Formats: sequence, C-alpha cells, structure tokens
Amino acid sequence: MTKTQIRVGGLGGQGVILNASIIGKAASIFEGKHATLIQAFGPEARGSACSAQVTISTEDIGYPYVKNPDVLVLMSQDAYNQFVPSLKPGGLVLYEEELVTVDGRLPAGAKAIGIPATRFAEELGRRLVLNIIMVGFFAGVTGLLSYEAVEKAVRDSVPKGTEDLNMRALKKGYEFGRTAAETK
Amino acid sequence: MKADPKGVLTGVHFIDGDHAACEGALAAGCRFVAGYPITPSTEIVERFAARIPKVGGVFIQMEDELAASIAIQGGVWAGHKVMNVTSGPGLSLMMEHLGYACMTETPSVWVDVQRGGPSTGLPTLPAQADMMQIKWGSHGDYEIIALSPNSPQECFDLMIKAFNLSEEYRCPVFLMMDEVVGHMTERVEIPAADQIEVTERKWTKKKPKDYKAYETTPEDLVPEMIKAGDGYRVHVTGLTHDERGYPKMDVPTQAQLVTRLLDKIRKNADKLVDVRMDGCEGADVIVVSFGITSRVATAAIETARAQGLKVGHLRLIICWPFPVKLIQDLAKTVKAFVVPELNMGQMVLEVRKAVEGKVKVISVPHPGGTVHEPETILEQIVEAAR
Repeated sequence: MTKTQIRVGGLGGQGVILNASIIGKAASIFEGKHATLIQAFGPEARGSACSAQVTISTEDIGYPYVKNPDVLVLMSQDAYNQFVPSLKPGGLVLYEEELVTVDGRLPAGAKAIGIPATRFAEELGRRLVLNIIMVGFFAGVTGLLSYEAVEKAVRDSVPKGTEDLNMRALKKGYEFGRTAAETK
Repeated sequence: MKADPKGVLTGVHFIDGDHAACEGALAAGCRFVAGYPITPSTEIVERFAARIPKVGGVFIQMEDELAASIAIQGGVWAGHKVMNVTSGPGLSLMMEHLGYACMTETPSVWVDVQRGGPSTGLPTLPAQADMMQIKWGSHGDYEIIALSPNSPQECFDLMIKAFNLSEEYRCPVFLMMDEVVGHMTERVEIPAADQIEVTERKWTKKKPKDYKAYETTPEDLVPEMIKAGDGYRVHVTGLTHDERGYPKMDVPTQAQLVTRLLDKIRKNADKLVDVRMDGCEGADVIVVSFGITSRVATAAIETARAQGLKVGHLRLIICWPFPVKLIQDLAKTVKAFVVPELNMGQMVLEVRKAVEGKVKVISVPHPGGTVHEPETILEQIVEAAR
C-alpha cells in the first residue's frame, strides 16, 4: 500500500480548503486512487488559521486524520509554526516563500522547497489564484498526481469563466515545481 | 420501482457526507423538507434548498425544531416523502414529534448529524452520543430503525435504504451520522436512476368505502396508506386509536395498537440485521463498532492482527433494532467483545444485555470532540485477548 498524508495550512480566504479539495479530487476521481479530505471545521472567520488534511492511498482509508504528514503545503507563517513540528522524518515542506520563513525548526532530513506564488499570481493578474499555483507546485514537485488529473480537477472546481486564468496559474506552479524538483 | 431521474445526480463526485446525504434523499424521492438548520447538519438542508426548485419540491425554513418535525409529517399525509434534519439540541426538541410519527405510523427519515453534548455542547465537533436518545427519548413504548454510515458514499447509499425502510415499515428511520462523517470529503459514486431501487409508499388498492386507515392482518402488521384529499376517510391522531384511526382510549385498544407498533419491527428483527463482519470466524476478540469509530477501529485491529492476535470486526450498519441473536451466537466462541464508541458507554449496554454475562464486554468510551486514538482501542483489544 502506498499512502501519502498531506496537511495544507494557511489563512481563511486564501483558498486552503479548495487547494486540498482539488488535490483530493484529482487523486480520487481522475487518478482512481482513494482520497479523504478532512477540513478544520471551527467557528473561524476569514483571516484566521485554516487547515485541511488529505490522505491519498492506493487502498481503502480507515483512520481519516493526518497526524504526521509526509507533505506540508504552507501559505502562512502561523501554519508553518503550527505544523512543522508534526512533519514526518524525511518529509517535504512546500511553502509560499514570501509568506513563510523556514527556520531551524525544520526537522533534520526534511526538505523544504519554496515558491514565490503570490508574485506569480499577481503577474497573472489576480492574487486569488495563489492556491491554484500551489496545487500545480504540489503536483510538479511530488509527482503524486499527473498534470492531466490536476488539470481536470481544477477545471471541475473553479467558477465558470475563470478556467483560463486558473489553467495558467496551474501550469506556472507545475512547471516551477518540476524544475525545483530536478534542481533541489 | 426505480428512482425518479429528476432527483438523481448521476456521476462521480468529490463531496462531503452532508452533501452526499442530501443527494441520497433526493435520489430516494424526498421532495419536502421543513428544516431548522443546525451545525453540523446545515449543509444537508442548504443543498436541499438549492437543489429542490429544479428537482420539483419544497423546502421551508421553519421557526424552530418543533415546527420542522411536525410540518414534515403533514407533508407525508399529503403524499410526499420527507426528511427531518438536525443535530443533538434540535433532536431533543423533536422528541414529542418522534413519538407522534411512531404512533401515527408516518413514514419519515430523521437525520441526526451527531455533535458533542449534552445541551449545545460542541457544535462543530463529533460524538455518537444520541444513540440511546433516539431509542428511548420519546415517551411510551415504540420502535424505530437506525442506520449508521461511516463514509460519504454510505451517507448516500444508506439514506436511500433509510427511505425504503421507512416506507416498508411505516416508522421513523434514523440516519445516525456524526460531524466527522458529515464533513469528510471523499469520492461518491451516484448510479443511474434505473440502477436505484426505491420503495413506493404502501398505497391501498381498496375502495374508500372498504378502507380503514389502520387495518392490518396477522401476516402483515403494516397498514396500507392513502393521502389526504383523495376521497378516503382519514383521521390521524396521537391518541390511542382503533383500526379506523379514531381515538379509542381503552385497555384492549391500547394493548392491540402498542403491541403491533412494536411487533412490526421486533418480529422482523432478523430481516433487519445489517452488519459487516471481518475476520469474526475463529476470533478471540470481536470489536463491535459503528459510524466513524468503525474506521478508527480498523486501524487498531490491523495493528493487533500484526501482533498475532485473532481479532474480528463487527460493524453495525443497522444499530436499531440491535442484532441480539447474532451477538449471542458470536458470544459462544469468543473470549470478549470490545466496544469503542464516541460516548461514555451506550451501545455497549446492548452488547452486555445480549451476552448476559457469559463473556467479557469491554467498553472503550470517549466523551466526544474528536475520534479515539487507535492506540486506545488497541490497548483494550490486547487486554481483552489475555
């Protein structure tokens, strides 16, 4: 059995849940794997801490929570501070490099790869697509999901009329991720 | 009969348990919900309210849970399939009308997305602590049926089953979800309408002059139904009533009516056993679980088996009626039962009652707010296997 546990963390309004949902959808609907998404469900308002847990597996998923993630996708310093200690030994941190500073708390053996996703999003014309860039980045670095699967999942998840912009965002993140995976 | 295609969102979806439950209701033919939304069940009625205008039906937001739980019953007697959606605090307010649905034999599905209690408790966090309330919370003697899904796919599948059972037995049928299952997102496959079997209401074929609203035979304890306005005499009351549905408050009528209300479920208890058994044959210890806890238990059981212990897993799909005979049969061969649940010990009482002290029954309680640690269940399995 191959099982990957992912924690996505950021701030309410950044699209944390949608990011995790697209990863889960790509895996479970377009890659034929099993995926379970659990979102932190609390009385949080926009701007406060927000996170989601995704498990992707080749077999049935029993226990649905992610305690020690293999991969962290981080879009805020708070999320970094909160979740980095739980990272599995040898795990991977994917982070937005203008919003997160990686420090000595990163466990030994763990790998951290940053992306200027906010700047990329602004260059594409809308800051909102930050989370889609992060989806592409995730797929590019980890190779867990094919580009075709995430493309379909994004198309299926974003509002009508925004597909082109979101496709450009996905591609940007994916290509940056592929290059980073090869060079880092 | 087959499902009405208008309500069936055929395809593969990545949705949470609440949304899947709503789609199950629409596929089963539910066309009226009177709701008083409450976390963590809100998404069910939210989706219903958004979808029902296109499907063809009505959603009303009511002033409170008392109104919601009786308005739906009006909908049933107008000929519709209905659903009642709530969580613990709302369920407490609905207890009077639960009894009314039992007494008047009003087929209806009651969804409880369980959260931590008592009182307002933990609005956004899980529990499985309403299991006894649905069985005993309304006054008098009654029987209900309750199903417990552990995934969004099962929220869809078991919702349809709940509707079908409510029509077959003409009683309230509960879908006992919890916050985790309600808000967990997974793949949900909705088949084509012609692949979904739905149970039609038990409409009478009798002429109005021959029809009595609560007439039954010894072979079939479920009366035939009509809808108000079709030219039949119909009187629906929570008072003790005779075959015609008219109040008759004497000892023989009470005995006949209440006995039948219980027997129509109890005499079919064997038919109503629905469990998933994994590795129970030859097991020393059997874990009895339901809902989200069954998935946590799986993790503990796998570890225990890896340590060489013979552990079986009995998952209750139908929790009420409780599968007494099945537990009694298993008790002949096992050393112990381990019963983890997100409450301080409710369904474990049924296991204890069934085994009558013959084998050890270990409760693994949890006050709610999250799920068990698999290790906690594992410890008790190891203890039980000694």
